[in-house]
Amino acid sequence: MIAAGNHLLTVLIFFPALGALALMILRADDHDWIRRMALVVATFEFLLSLLLIPAVPFGSSGYRLELNIPWIISPPIHYHLGVDGLSVFLVILTTFLTPVSILASWNSVHLRAKEFFVMMLMLEVGVVGVFLSLDLFLFFLFWEIMLIPMAFLIGIWGHERRIYAAIKFVLYTMAGSILMLVGILWLYNATGTFDLAEIQRALQTGSLVLPAQTELLLFLAFFLAFAIKVPLFPLHTWLPDAHVEAPTAGSVILAGVLLKMGTYGMMRFCLPLFPIASRKAAPYVAVFAIIGIIYGALVAMVQPNLKKLVAYSSVSHLGFVVLGIFSFSVIGMQGAIYQMLAHGISTGALFLLVGMLYDRRHTFEIKQYGGLATPMPHLSGFFLFAVLSSLGLPMLNGFVGEYLILLGTYTSHFGLTGGNGWKYAAWASTGVILSACYLLWSYQRVFYGDVTVEKNRSLPDASARERFILATMSVVILWMGIGSAFLTHRTAAATDTIRNQMERPGWYEGSKPASGNGTIISLERPGNR
Amino acid sequence: MNFSTPSTADFYRVMPELIWCIFGVLLMLLQSLTKNRAFLSTMAFLGAALGTASTLLSARFPGPGFFGLIQTDTFSLFFHVLVGCVALLVILAADSYLSRANLESAEFFALILFATAGMGVLAGAQELLTAFIGLEMSSIASYVLAGYRRDTLKSSESALKYFLLGSFATAFFLYGIALVYGSTGTTLLDQMGAADSNNGLLKLGLALILIGLGFKVAVAPFQVWTPDVYEGAPTPVTALFAAGPKAGAFALLLRIFATVPAATHYWFWAFWILAALTMFAGNLGALVQTNVKRLLAYSSIAHAGYILVAFAAVTTMTSSENSPSLGGVPAYTAILFYLLSYALVKVGAFTIVSQLGGKDEKYVTLDDYAGLSQRHPFAAATLSLFLLSLLGLPVTAGFFGKFYVFKAAINSNLIWLAVLMAVNSIIGAYYYFRVIVAMYMRDSSEESAAAAPLAFPLTVNIVLAVSALGTLYFGLFPNQILRLLLEKTLIGGLK
Repeated sequence: MIAAGNHLLTVLIFFPALGALALMILRADDHDWIRRMALVVATFEFLLSLLLIPAVPFGSSGYRLELNIPWIISPPIHYHLGVDGLSVFLVILTTFLTPVSILASWNSVHLRAKEFFVMMLMLEVGVVGVFLSLDLFLFFLFWEIMLIPMAFLIGIWGHERRIYAAIKFVLYTMAGSILMLVGILWLYNATGTFDLAEIQRALQTGSLVLPAQTELLLFLAFFLAFAIKVPLFPLHTWLPDAHVEAPTAGSVILAGVLLKMGTYGMMRFCLPLFPIASRKAAPYVAVFAIIGIIYGALVAMVQPNLKKLVAYSSVSHLGFVVLGIFSFSVIGMQGAIYQMLAHGISTGALFLLVGMLYDRRHTFEIKQYGGLATPMPHLSGFFLFAVLSSLGLPMLNGFVGEYLILLGTYTSHFGLTGGNGWKYAAWASTGVILSACYLLWSYQRVFYGDVTVEKNRSLPDASARERFILATMSVVILWMGIGSAFLTHRTAAATDTIRNQMERPGWYEGSKPASGNGTIISLERPGNR
Repeated sequence: MNFSTPSTADFYRVMPELIWCIFGVLLMLLQSLTKNRAFLSTMAFLGAALGTASTLLSARFPGPGFFGLIQTDTFSLFFHVLVGCVALLVILAADSYLSRANLESAEFFALILFATAGMGVLAGAQELLTAFIGLEMSSIASYVLAGYRRDTLKSSESALKYFLLGSFATAFFLYGIALVYGSTGTTLLDQMGAADSNNGLLKLGLALILIGLGFKVAVAPFQVWTPDVYEGAPTPVTALFAAGPKAGAFALLLRIFATVPAATHYWFWAFWILAALTMFAGNLGALVQTNVKRLLAYSSIAHAGYILVAFAAVTTMTSSENSPSLGGVPAYTAILFYLLSYALVKVGAFTIVSQLGGKDEKYVTLDDYAGLSQRHPFAAATLSLFLLSLLGLPVTAGFFGKFYVFKAAINSNLIWLAVLMAVNSIIGAYYYFRVIVAMYMRDSSEESAAAAPLAFPLTVNIVLAVSALGTLYFGLFPNQILRLLLEKTLIGGLK
């Protein structure tokens, strides 16, 4: 029984798994064919994902290419997929970064290469699945599946402290997701369905009314899982470890896509399902986001380790995204979506570049570099481009997102009363300045000046393969900076939808939900025992 | 009650037990005629298979048998198939272990069949003394099996500990039966429905029964024997212990619930506390283990705790109704599904441990497992799958097992118990993942790298393939089994 017969999304999720299966058949020492095959699979997947763009036209709201098939009879779990303006570009970002990171690992992965590329493709399955699932259970399933390949990528192909980092990554993520499972099950018990749209409908028509305290607890159960993933200060401590220890490809995917699963989750689940709690929590969340912005930037500034610097810059940039989401304004949320994509590309590019330096010198210490612009002019040029995009230079991709977020924050009201948004925006904008400081300063220390370490004098410049990767990334950076309308016009409808979904019956009468006409379900045990 | 000659149908109802016992006796007799390992193993396998298959026969005669002593319903059939399949897999896996360790095989298999028959009786019993006989059958065979490596100190220690503590627990159980009989005047479970639930003697009796069974399923604070016994017993036997007797004892507990309302009234808080204690005892204990066999033993304790969470959920539900209104899987189904997924995984995991252990079970520490993915990719992959299932990650049966228990707990508004379970799952993630880390992310020690390449015999590979595929199958398509377990007439005596 197929409700809507379009299997593009299914193909999109499971095609990399097929590719991984095919890879497993190849001989383990046949490195050439393994990576070629992996690249072909990932590239084809990217091309397939481009088909999503015409499916989500300008100004369209609601889910497209929906597929809804019953999967498990009890409880009724559906294989329910769909794509909208929020998820479409995140999927494409994933399918874009995967072939790029495969290409970046072309010569740097020799140990157990077959397993490496299998893991990369399996990771893609999980991540694409997360973005396309519209059933809470299915979403949770992909959310968990994604964990294992990432942990393996860090744990097997990482650097010295890889095992520590892998375990930390798993434990942090599991801690969050298991609470989310409790929340999901609670919602199921209240509504009898795992279907996101149906739960949404029940909440919006008032047939399910969550008491304030219950809503807050549910919000926290979901929010914590997402906040760990983002990661929001002070839950960010797994991130620097994971990033520094992960291989380049792992870092690119981790920073580029995995962190976005957290912010995506906030927009897709936290806000529409628990708007009142979200509004209540917003001032606090915003404060944590701003602390994250400033703290991440300050720590990045004093980092002697180049990769850790980029990792902490992610904490800072993702703080902007969270701030934008919790401004609840159309502009802020648009900016958040945009910043997710921009950060994926520019930080991805930075991690690629840092990885290329590491391939040459096997160190991330800034001290070990200096004056690199002389031996490697091309690489330093691309690096500068990525740095400028990351610090938000106008015309490049980083600017649009940050600007929209700050604008949205400025005009919004945190909490239910008061027009205090400008204070938040003011604090957050220090992050923009700080990011220019640490990025330019580190760039100066690595590339400018005299060559201080003799070994660096003879380093080879970017190879043709590397130039191809970096040029592709740069083109995307530039295109996103100039042609932002292509993206924002498609995300606009999605943001509007989220804002509409946040409406509740009786919303304007105050913070309390309407009483009387809906079943009130509370967390307390019935008093019979 | 009419105690005349039992009808033919009654014998069909206990056909699995009969076949298991007959083959057990047959094996003991054949032992004096032949020492041919292949022949004896084949006989044992045949016996286990025939016995399990004969549940199809007993399925055609549902209802109470032997004047109400036993009950043939979907519930008991499920457990018969479960323990039968466990026995089948253990026999397959033990074959190569026994020849490697140069142990007699006929007695071993006979004992496994007797133990299985005991578990079968336990699952079908609807009368307390019958249950006691089943419990004793499986226990006594287990004691002997635990000490089967006579020449090893650890094995003897294991047997002695199991025997002493086990008989102590059995005494509790028996005394409990006496008190229940004293207060209700019957040992038939279905006649206790009308019993006055405020009767102090009945309460005490039920408490003692709970303690006796709690020991068998390794519930904290009666779990202390588990790691030592599991570690000392020959590993195929450990696989049996982890899967079989636990299922049998849980089956009896459930049946007591389903038929004696008095039990459900008083056991709620007991289960709540026992579940919390057991989860923590198992998981915290497992955290510091470096011996994989002991680690899995502690993990069994933890899993008993998760199952008890579902029991606590059952106690909040049976008094009113089975909560079909919530459209969900009732807690009964959660427990049955959990036991199924758990049995599959534990048999598989212990089989791998047994194979990797070498001749004297020497290689059982985490260090010996380092770099296993390079030396034996199949073993590392399947063991990882089993560990992920124990951890409760998606697309494994263990995930749905845990999911249904979670759901049952939340259905019954046991939010805090669910949260405790969540906390425990995270602790569990750490130590399960540690084994995976050793296998995949560390390099082999010099000793194990230099050792001869590992090769698993065909029988072991079959066991691993069956349990791995089963774990995946129930993790992806649980519908078939759920349809069975969701029947309204799951337990015959259920009102």
